[in-house]
Amino acid sequence: MGNVMIDINSLDVTFRRGRDVVRAVSDVSFSVTEGECFGIVGESGSGKSTVLRAICGLAPATAGNISVNERQLSRPRDAAFYRSVQMVFQDPYASLHPRHTIDGVLSEPLAIHRFDRAEERIENALRDVGLGSDFRFRYPHQLSGGQRQRVAIARALILEPKVLLLDEPTSALDASIQAEVLNLLDRIRSERGLTYVMVSHDLAVVAHMCDRLIVMQHGRAVEELTREGLLSQSARTDYSRQLLAASKGYSASSPQQV
Amino acid sequence: MNALLTVKDLRIAFPSRNGPVEVVRGVNFTLGRERLGIVGESGSGKSQTGRAILGLTPSPGLATAKQLEFDGIDLRQASPATWRSLRGARMSMVMQDPKFSLNPVMTIGRQILEALKFHGRESRAASKARAMAMLEAVHIRDPERVFRAYPHELSGGMGQRAMIAMMLVSEPDLLIADEPTSALDVTVQIEVLRILDNLVSERGMGLIFISHDLRLVSSFCDRVLVMYAGKVVEELRASDLAKAQHPYTQGLMNCLPKIEGGARPLPVLQRDAAWAT
Amino acid sequence: MTVASRREWLLSDRPESRRQARLGQIYRTWLSFKTNWLAMIGLGIVLLLCVVAVFADVIAPYDPVIGGDLRTERFLPPFTGDHLLGTDDLARDIFSRIVHGARLTLMVVALVAVIATPIGLLVGTTSGYFGGWVDTVLMRVTDIFLAFPRLILALAFVAALGPGIENAIIAIAITSWPPYARLARAETLTIRDSDYINAARLQGASSARILWGHITPLCLSSVIIRVTLDMAGIILTAAGLGFLGLGAQPPQPEWGAMIASGRRFIIDFWWVATVPGIAIFVVSLGFNLLGDGLRDVLDPKAHGNTDTAKARP
Repeated sequence: MGNVMIDINSLDVTFRRGRDVVRAVSDVSFSVTEGECFGIVGESGSGKSTVLRAICGLAPATAGNISVNERQLSRPRDAAFYRSVQMVFQDPYASLHPRHTIDGVLSEPLAIHRFDRAEERIENALRDVGLGSDFRFRYPHQLSGGQRQRVAIARALILEPKVLLLDEPTSALDASIQAEVLNLLDRIRSERGLTYVMVSHDLAVVAHMCDRLIVMQHGRAVEELTREGLLSQSARTDYSRQLLAASKGYSASSPQQV
Repeated sequence: MNALLTVKDLRIAFPSRNGPVEVVRGVNFTLGRERLGIVGESGSGKSQTGRAILGLTPSPGLATAKQLEFDGIDLRQASPATWRSLRGARMSMVMQDPKFSLNPVMTIGRQILEALKFHGRESRAASKARAMAMLEAVHIRDPERVFRAYPHELSGGMGQRAMIAMMLVSEPDLLIADEPTSALDVTVQIEVLRILDNLVSERGMGLIFISHDLRLVSSFCDRVLVMYAGKVVEELRASDLAKAQHPYTQGLMNCLPKIEGGARPLPVLQRDAAWAT
Repeated sequence: MTVASRREWLLSDRPESRRQARLGQIYRTWLSFKTNWLAMIGLGIVLLLCVVAVFADVIAPYDPVIGGDLRTERFLPPFTGDHLLGTDDLARDIFSRIVHGARLTLMVVALVAVIATPIGLLVGTTSGYFGGWVDTVLMRVTDIFLAFPRLILALAFVAALGPGIENAIIAIAITSWPPYARLARAETLTIRDSDYINAARLQGASSARILWGHITPLCLSSVIIRVTLDMAGIILTAAGLGFLGLGAQPPQPEWGAMIASGRRFIIDFWWVATVPGIAIFVVSLGFNLLGDGLRDVLDPKAHGNTDTAKARP
């Protein structure tokens, strides 16, 4: 096993607005093998979400290259790309169109890509994420945060992609709901052999879900770690160690910030 | 120990199409000059409890209690004048996101001075000196610049520290912190918590720390109240968290992913309908 | 289905079909609207206007254009015989003229709404969504049309094409759409970078699908509210044009023209000019009340998002 699913090389994402230049991502490289869950950890402003958006084409890659399944990505992305890479967004309250029923949300991608047996696929998708068919014709405001996030996951999966990009999928959810959603994501990955790239600020979530991860700060990849490396405290850079210590919680003897 | 705050049978109800809905259903606790954490998920009523103590229940909600007393003053019958003398001077609140809790069109300095002006009769120079001292106490390295800055010019951590400065400058006896670090990055969280820790210890204040993060609260507070569906389901000393009795508290502790690794899949909280009665 | 079970079906929180879900939403909105009695009055007035316009031939006892006996039946005051509102200088029954005039008013209002709203929505959403030079060009075009005062433009049209209510309608419609475009553009800018739009892009949705299926439904509430509130102004503009002789031509019973022709006798025979004035007032008020009511019900900000957004860094 182990052909490379995603390969990122020296990725740069720079936003220019008039005279303001923001280098959101500078020279980030990593690769993800098929079936793996890869984590990107960082604080706000680290550029972690921008990396995901660059993969999808929502943010422009100003330098470097990205290949998915050994194909260079065209700009703009084509239909085949959308059938193989999908994304789950952070805010369940903002990722579903307020005026579309769940049925509408799930049937749209099927209509765009002209999939057959739409009814069956929608029912299956809802069942796979643990929502009954009761939910099919409700509106998002009638659903809780956790239920909405399940719908977002169902939407991402309905096109049967190979890669799922997860942008802080549980950070807006309560702890108990987070556990359910993380378990769901885990189960789906092993059942379908999907590849995940998961972005989070929460080191515990990434350590739980991901086999390998990179730590980003100010747009740069500071360090690449494996789960074991993280647990055995073999983080090399100061920032990673600081992040690790801060994630353990507050104690009166916590080290001062660098 | 003389209780600073006594709350007995606090109930908060909001009207709805099908009659009043109680979001807080009979909460009891006392607070001395110590740190009390109130933990719960969304919908547990923890934020509303904090606001009711300050008389800030948003209309059309209605807060009632058998006893709601602060340092001998009955808050249930307090007049607007009494509230004005209490809020900001003896009871303060730090809220979650400085982007939304600081006035965006006033400089930080002006907002701090306003808090002082209302409750003291010092000269302007003395007030300014106090404000600057406060900004230094929250580890702001360039207090002069921050004094003249607007909220949007500050980072999240700095804004929250400015908010803490503003709320503590008049030396209140009770501070209610409603998710004060939830909108901050984790490294900044630790820094802000340390500042809060020191200030609360130095001044001997009572602190109510409201959060959804059970582990954080238990590492910071002396006692913890766990709320679920408007009720307190468990009250324990922070050091006794591992010996929690109520299944909700246990479930909440167990369902969190741990860096050290843990069960996979994560143990999911099994909600018992009996907890909500 | 009985009334009670139908209500239950509509309010069910487990709808079983698209139709049930949509009807349920509409019914809930209606229930919320019903609680506002002023808005219900507005709705009542507008419905009354529609009914009167549609059934004008049946309701009006006399012919609006042909008068009675010029020697005995001119200037009859209200409640004389079966002239409910009296007669005017040409012995025409004013009530019948008002009723037929409702038809003209409704036609003006409906045509302007039907012409101006889609143009405004299309220009606004396209401009807001694409940005860049598309936005600049479309907004400058909008500015050009916004710069025209309605009456002056109507004068220009009349000079070019001759007077008549059709030309008045075109003139009003052309000057009405720019505010809707601005409004649609503002709404579009707000939602353009939302996650649900990004999600649609990520599924490969074309821009047309996003504009029509995602963005327009969200702009629709604000635009509908604005159009309804504008109705009053449109009616007054049409009346103003009629008053100046630029809109409906005599003997058409357009309310503004009726005021113009009755102006001369306002001292002695006040009802000839006043009654159409009251009609204009009532209908404008009705649209204003309806628009306010719609805003209270359709404005998502007024609903308040009762979901508590969880704390997150």
